[in-house]
Amino acid sequence: MNAPSPRFGANSLRNGPDARGRFGEFGGRFVAETLMPLILEVEAAYNAAVADPAFQPELDRYLKDYVGRPSPLWFAQRLTDRLGGAKIYFKRDELNHTGAHKINSCMGQILLAKRMGKTRVIAETGAGQHGVATATVCALFGLPCTVYMGAVDVARQAPNVFRMKLLGAEVIPVTSGASTLKDAMNEALRDWVANVRDTFYIIGTVAGPHPYPMMVRDFQSVIGNEAKAQLHEAEGRLPDMCVAAIGGGSNAMGLFHPFLDDPSVRLIGVEAAGHGLDTFQHAASLSRGRPGVLHGNRTYLLQNEDGQIQEAHSISAGLDYPGIGPEHSWLHEIGRVEYEAATDQEALDAFQLCTRTEGIIPALEPAHALAHVAKIAPAMDRDKIIVMNLCGRGDKDIFTVAEALGVKL
Amino acid sequence: MSRIAARFAKLKAEGRGALMPFVEAWDPDHATSLALLKGMPAAGADLIEIGCPFTDPMADGPTIQLAGRRALDAGASMKNTLAMVRDFRADDTDTPIILMGYLNPILSYGVERFCADCAGFGVDGLIIVDLPSEEADLVLPHATANGLDIIRLIAPTTDDARLPLVLNGSSGFVYYVSITGITGTRTASGDELADAIPRIRRFTDLPIAIGFGVRTAAQAAGAVTHADGAVVASALIDIVKADLDSNGGKPKPDTVARVLAQVTALAEGVRGVRSAA
Ligand SMILES: Cc1ncc(COP(=O)(O)O)c(C=O)c1O
Repeated sequence: MNAPSPRFGANSLRNGPDARGRFGEFGGRFVAETLMPLILEVEAAYNAAVADPAFQPELDRYLKDYVGRPSPLWFAQRLTDRLGGAKIYFKRDELNHTGAHKINSCMGQILLAKRMGKTRVIAETGAGQHGVATATVCALFGLPCTVYMGAVDVARQAPNVFRMKLLGAEVIPVTSGASTLKDAMNEALRDWVANVRDTFYIIGTVAGPHPYPMMVRDFQSVIGNEAKAQLHEAEGRLPDMCVAAIGGGSNAMGLFHPFLDDPSVRLIGVEAAGHGLDTFQHAASLSRGRPGVLHGNRTYLLQNEDGQIQEAHSISAGLDYPGIGPEHSWLHEIGRVEYEAATDQEALDAFQLCTRTEGIIPALEPAHALAHVAKIAPAMDRDKIIVMNLCGRGDKDIFTVAEALGVKL
Repeated sequence: MSRIAARFAKLKAEGRGALMPFVEAWDPDHATSLALLKGMPAAGADLIEIGCPFTDPMADGPTIQLAGRRALDAGASMKNTLAMVRDFRADDTDTPIILMGYLNPILSYGVERFCADCAGFGVDGLIIVDLPSEEADLVLPHATANGLDIIRLIAPTTDDARLPLVLNGSSGFVYYVSITGITGTRTASGDELADAIPRIRRFTDLPIAIGFGVRTAAQAAGAVTHADGAVVASALIDIVKADLDSNGGKPKPDTVARVLAQVTALAEGVRGVRSAA
C-alpha cells in the first residue's frame, strides 16, 4: 500500500495517520484476524468515498437539512462578564438533531455503510448520545440497529435507552467488566467478529482500529472548520484558545484538527478527573495512564503494572473510558495539545454556571470543558478569545445532576 | 527442531492428529490450574495451550471471559503464568506449551524480556489474538531471536489473496479459527472444514490445528480428519465452572480428575482417526 499523499503540505500536523494507521507510534490495527479483512475493506471504501466527488455533497446535504448544520457560534457575553477575562464563545453542537456532536460522524458512517452494501448496524454507547445518534440514522435509512451499552450506563442514562428503543434499535445491556463504555465496546467488537459479512460497526469516537480514528476525526472536523470561519466572520481572526472535553476524544479532535497548523492557537483537551487524579477513580488516560493496546489501537490507557485495563470513573457516562483516541496520544507526546482535567464536582459547578448565566443546560461532558474555561479565563486578558465546544445538551443528565445535588425528582 | 515441530513429526509418523487442550492460567486458582496442566499429558494431551488472563478478551465468549476474570481475581499475572510453565517443565520436557493471549499484558511486561523469559521458562510458541500480520513486527524479531514459534490465526474471512501475508513469519503450526465468531459459541460443520483446510494447505506445509467450537470427542475426531490437530477450550472450562457454580465458588475434590477424564475422552476421539496428511 502506498502512503497517502500529504493533504496539507509536508510540515503539516494534519497529515496523519500514515499508511499503517499510525500517528507517531500510536494507532494501528490491533484486531483479530477474523476482522482484519473487514477493516481493510472499510478503509478502502472510505478512501473511495473521499475520492468520489458525489460523497461530500451528499453528506453536506444531510448535515444541513437533517442535522441542522452549521451549528451557531455563540458569544457567551454573560459568562464572559461573570468570569471577567477572555471572551468566551460556545460552538453549539448541542443544537444538532439528537443533541450532541455524535451525529456528525454517524451520518458519514451510515452513508459509508450504505455504499458498502451493509444491511445491519451495530454501535457501542456510553452516555447514550452515540447510541441515539446511531439509532436515528438507522431509522432514517431503514437499517436494523443493535446498540451495546454497559448495564451501569443503561441505569444512569435511562431516557436515552428509551429514545433508542423508540427509534427501533435493540439495546443490549452489557454486564461484563465494570458494565460501562469499555465493556460495551468489547461486546460490539465480539458481535462484529460474529457478523462480519453483513454488519457495519459505527464507532462513536476517534478510537478503534484504523481507519476509524481518522474517519471519525474527518467527519467531526466540520466542527472546527465551521468554528474557524464563524469566528473569522465575528472577530476577523483566529481564537487564542480552543477547549474541549475528552472521552474518546472525537468532539475535541473535531474542533482541534483544523487548528493544528495555527501555532498561535492553544488547544486544550479536558479529561475527566472523577473524584480526583490522585484517587483511582478518574478517567484521565493521558494524565495518569501509559501506552498500551486496547480496542484495536495503541494509545494511552489506564492500566495496572501487569497490563490489565483499569476501570475508569466519571460522573459523566460519556467520559467514562480508560483509553483515548490515538491521535490525542500523539498530540500529547509532541506537545501540540495540552491536556488538563476537571473533577466531577468542578463539572457539576460548571453545569450550573452555564445554566444560570447562559440559559443553556449543557451535557456533563462539555461541563468538564467549561470547568477548565472557568479556571483559566479570569486570568486572561479581555481581548483574548476562547472557543469552547459545547458538544452536547444536558437533558439526558438531569437525573444524575439531581441526585448529585441531593434533589429528589 | 522446535518442540512443536518435533511433536507434529512424531504424530505424523504415528499417523494421527494432535489433541491440544487449553487451560486458563490461575482459573479458578493457582493450584487447580497447575494440577490440570501437569495432568494433561498423561490424560492424552499432545500439546497444551495456556490462556493468559486479560481483562478485555475481545475474541472470547462468556466462558473464557469469566475464566479470565476468576484468574485475575485469584492473582494471575503474566509473571506467575510463566512461573506455571517453569513448574510444568520440572517434570515434562517434551510436551509443547503454547501461550495464548492478548497483546497488552505482553507490551506491559516488555516484549523483548517477555520473549526471553518465555524461552527460559520453557514456552514453545505464542498465539497473540490481537496481533495481526500487519502489526507482527512488534513481536516477531524478539520471538525469532528466542526460538519461539509465532502461531498465526487464520479465519474463514482470510481469503487466498491474504493467506500468503498471514503465513509469512508463521511457524510451528497454523491455527484455523473455524467460525466467524468468538470462542465457545458456534461449531463449524464438516463441510465447512472440508472446504477450508485444503484451501489453506495449498499455501503452507505447516500443520493446521482447528479451534473455536470444538467441544466433543466426535467434533475433535471430525477436526483431525481434515486437519492435524484439534484445540478444545470452552468445553473443558465449562466443567470447572459448573463445579464452582454448584459448590459456592470453590472447585470440588474431583474437579481436576473430571476435566482430565474429559481430556482422555477427547484424546480417544482424536486417536481413533487415521491422519489426514
Ligand atoms: C455530549 C458528549 N460529549 C462528549 C462525549 C465524549 O466523547 P468524545 O470524547 O468522543 O467526544 C460524549 C460521549 O458520549 C457525549 O455524549
